[in-house]
Amino acid sequence: MTSSGTTTTTPAPPPAGRPSATNPLTAGPAAGVPAPAEPASSRLGRAIGRWVIPVLGGLAFIYLLVPIAYIFVFSFNQPARTNLTWRGFTWENWQNPCGAPAVCESVQTSLQIGVVATVIALVLGTLLAYGLGRYAFRFRDAAGFLIFLPLATPEVVLGASLLSLFLNVGMQLGFWTTVLAHVMFCMSFVVVTIRSRVATLDPRLEEAGRDLYGSPAQVFLRVTLPQLVPGILAAGLLSFAMSFDDFIITNFNSGTLETFPKFVYVAAARGIPAEANVIGSAMFIIALVAVMISQLVSWQRRRMMAGSR
Amino acid sequence: MSSRVADRSGKQTGFERAAALAGGTAQARGRAGYGLVSPGLVYLLVFFVLPVFTLLATSLYVKPPGAEVGQFVPALEFGNYAIVLGGYWSELLRSFGFALLATVLCLLIGYPMAYLIAVRLRGRAFVQGLLLVLLIAPFFTSFVLRTQAWKQILADEGFLVQALKTLHLMPQGASLTATSVAVVAGLTYNFLPFMVLPIYANLQALDHRLLEAGRDLYGSDLTVFRTVTLPISMPGVLAGTLLTFSPASGDFVNAAILGNNRNTTMIGQVIDSKFMRVLDYPGAAALSFILMVAILILVTLYVRRFGTRDLV
Repeated sequence: MTSSGTTTTTPAPPPAGRPSATNPLTAGPAAGVPAPAEPASSRLGRAIGRWVIPVLGGLAFIYLLVPIAYIFVFSFNQPARTNLTWRGFTWENWQNPCGAPAVCESVQTSLQIGVVATVIALVLGTLLAYGLGRYAFRFRDAAGFLIFLPLATPEVVLGASLLSLFLNVGMQLGFWTTVLAHVMFCMSFVVVTIRSRVATLDPRLEEAGRDLYGSPAQVFLRVTLPQLVPGILAAGLLSFAMSFDDFIITNFNSGTLETFPKFVYVAAARGIPAEANVIGSAMFIIALVAVMISQLVSWQRRRMMAGSR
Repeated sequence: MSSRVADRSGKQTGFERAAALAGGTAQARGRAGYGLVSPGLVYLLVFFVLPVFTLLATSLYVKPPGAEVGQFVPALEFGNYAIVLGGYWSELLRSFGFALLATVLCLLIGYPMAYLIAVRLRGRAFVQGLLLVLLIAPFFTSFVLRTQAWKQILADEGFLVQALKTLHLMPQGASLTATSVAVVAGLTYNFLPFMVLPIYANLQALDHRLLEAGRDLYGSDLTVFRTVTLPISMPGVLAGTLLTFSPASGDFVNAAILGNNRNTTMIGQVIDSKFMRVLDYPGAAALSFILMVAILILVTLYVRRFGTRDLV
């Protein structure tokens, strides 16, 4: 972000001569003020207080990652009819992830739906987030509520109501009904993610663009949009993740089309092939690496910009 | 979120003043605003609001005499509601009970995670980024695959149950699979990121000078947390609990994979089977509609009780 100093979401630099301000949570009482003698029990309490959050938070992250580690380990399991018990290590599944029938077709379908739905949701959602953040008009609060509502509605209701629409209209269920459904909930995630970034934009940059006789479209494309790129990327990632991962809404609206989550759900009855574990692990690693690289790049760029000043 | 909202409104007044000074262009800008938001809002009206009405209409359909399975004609049969409510009220209550438990657990587990990332690791952008990615990356592994992994982790012959039994933390004959405990654990696991992300977004905007002020006034860490951090983060907690409770109450994957068919059945499973297998569209639509209305009532009461104006 390169907006000017008037952005108030980041706290202003602390006043000079207050060393405690560099890290207010771990530093002691403010310098220069004589602190009352601390009883031993309070010191112990502070030590516990300092460690309790990292320990609890760390345990929670382990909890979050346990099933993924399990999926990863069992992706190396020797093939058999089921993948429930450990039989021995093999690279086979990773060398040929399309070995099990219909796995790769379902992944391809999921990727296609995810990309198409995300692109549409990003276009509609970015315009919506920008319009809501920047323009005053009637029904703005109602519009914000309408966008939040799909996120707070059970998926089964979203899926069932869309299915009732498609059934009543007589629409053939398949790829496009799934995309229509995914765009609906992905757009809400996009708006929620981008809207907070719109709030941190400096309107004076756009004013400068207008003062230089830029048309509204030019100002939006050349001034506003570039500033929103980090938010749009984050929203795109979230949107794609939600689409790729969705099972319940897809199950209602895809007819016989098989997405990856549908493949896994159906396969669960007779035993999920280890190839599905390979796909799941690979997607996790690809997402992790891609985001870490983009983080490193933006971090480096920030450092370079800070250095060039 | 609260301070961001304040920022935005603060800035907007400046922006609007500038727009007003510019005179004629202000109106054009207003029109441009409608142009920006209408495609997205129309989309939501067609694919979110309209379906709710077709759902309501479908819930009142009747089966004409002699019709084939899955064939219904439009009608106003409110009796459909009485039939499904009578048949499935226990599944409905159980779903809300499970979802409530999972939401409380998500809050207890998720708040420290959000606090760790947003407050404790403030300034360490790289570690923050890594942990945030770890929150979202599980979605790429597939929700169904992760739930299935839990089933195998909690299985009787699995490592966890064996360890608990060896340590006498679990009675010998007991098991975790196909119990309510497993279903609630699965729900907690799957919806945890939806609790953490809103709280994180809220805590990240927290002004650290407030914490410092609390400490300067000799507040202990706990007092500062209780009187400053927690009240400020309430909008995030509110959004997180809503984003966890509502989807969890309608979920059927956890109950289908981790539960059994007798006393862990959730309402989502009933709706799914009526819509997709039994082809009882009116019954399924009526149950969906009841679920939606019940959640709207619960959420409204909850927001009235704990809500702030900054939610949406």
